[in-house]
Amino acid sequence: MRRFGAVLAPLGLVLLLIIGWEGACRALRVPPYLLPAPSAVALALIQNAGSLTVSAWRTLTMALEALAAAALFAGALALAVSLNRTLGRAVRPLAVALQVTPVVAIAPLFVIWAGVDHPGRAIVALAAIVAFFPIFSGAVRGLSAADPDLERLFDLYGATPGQRLLRLRLPSAVPFIVEGCKVAAGLAVIGAVVAEFVAGSGGAQGLAWRILEAGNRLQTAKMFAAIVTLALMAAGLHVVFQVLERRALIWWRGR
Amino acid sequence: MTDPLARLDAVEAAYPGRGRALGPFDLTVAAGEIVALVGPSGCGKSTALRLLAGLETPSAGEVRRATARGETSVVFQSATLAPWLSARANVALPLVLSGVDHGEAGRRATAALARVGLQGAVNARPAELSGGMAMRASLARALVTHPRLLLLDEPFAALDEITRRALADDVLAIWAEERPAIVFVSHNVEEAVYMAGRVVVMTPGPGRAAGETRVEATAPRPAGFRTSAIFRAAAEAVSDQLARAMGAAA
Repeated sequence: MRRFGAVLAPLGLVLLLIIGWEGACRALRVPPYLLPAPSAVALALIQNAGSLTVSAWRTLTMALEALAAAALFAGALALAVSLNRTLGRAVRPLAVALQVTPVVAIAPLFVIWAGVDHPGRAIVALAAIVAFFPIFSGAVRGLSAADPDLERLFDLYGATPGQRLLRLRLPSAVPFIVEGCKVAAGLAVIGAVVAEFVAGSGGAQGLAWRILEAGNRLQTAKMFAAIVTLALMAAGLHVVFQVLERRALIWWRGR
Repeated sequence: MTDPLARLDAVEAAYPGRGRALGPFDLTVAAGEIVALVGPSGCGKSTALRLLAGLETPSAGEVRRATARGETSVVFQSATLAPWLSARANVALPLVLSGVDHGEAGRRATAALARVGLQGAVNARPAELSGGMAMRASLARALVTHPRLLLLDEPFAALDEITRRALADDVLAIWAEERPAIVFVSHNVEEAVYMAGRVVVMTPGPGRAAGETRVEATAPRPAGFRTSAIFRAAAEAVSDQLARAMGAAA
């Protein structure tokens, strides 16, 4: 019964909002370029299903490429930092500075560096920068989160640094890294969309570009259709990563 | 008298910002004896144990040990098993870290688990074990190297009364087979008297020795030992020392 409610309650609310929205648009005769009715948005979704799917796929692959790159760099750097305290002190402020600088502010730079012909590269790089920090900080925290008594056990039996890293620190860090990747996946989508807005030339043709393009032509219903697609894609990605996280934790602790 | 297996000589332990936690404290552990350290929380019992294990260095005094690396084992307050390893792999860990090959380590780990009654749980992960079973696995991990000195840091503190009594008997049975010296920390007077041949009472922190009681009874304990006159007399003596140590501090 509770599960039933957990699904039905939010669905009911969405349905209610849509009905209210549709009713208000019709009753108040709101011009469709200002606020299209849900029925118009649905129509735009159906009519543009092909191009929206292609664009969603484009945005998704750019976000996932960024996530993979971020995981690789963040993991390697976290490992290096955990092995060398001086390096850690040197890197930490830079990593924080990179994290607190809004991605919109540095996006134009990357667009210039990537060249006008390759906006996709700039977008992946920017999304990777956004996705980098949660994985990095999770991995750094995880690599120093081993049970202190287990550390003592490794002391007691004279473990080598290599044994300590492979048999204690890395396995202890797994839940933290998985959590970091889940957070980073959501951020990578945001990063990809923001970066595409700035790149804007149309070369990448992701969902952000669809929104911009429709906006420039005052095709508001099409804008909404692209936004709905983006929301559904991000939500889907979130669910997938939540399942992956649960699976990974079950694998890690056996249940 | 033979040379002691381990000895704390006027050791002190101080931590930056927290002052002295222990000492000066003396303790001599002979081969094959069971010593209990009893005292209030924060008296440095666990610190004394870590000094004996060589996991910490004293800020003053001297620690002498006649044991080589791998001959000392520690059981911590919680089971501290690695969640990502099976019970067998957890128990095999000390051997693997000491360079024993995996097959041999696994065989010995299985045997050690059987000895503490966990033959049915060799492949279980720590999350699948009850508190008592996890503690037994932890004990098996300490025994797998056949230590000459076994250090137990309030190993039963988190367990229910029935489980802790069963585990106490198991430890005594294992002791009877291999006769390692056992030093165990407790804040439970009855448990200390039940297990140890010698109970050392410590003062509130920084802990010093406040008194010592010998328990003249065979080990493993005979049935009904908890209601015997020897048990009651020893428990009373330890309680008195503890009360006096606490009173002197207050």
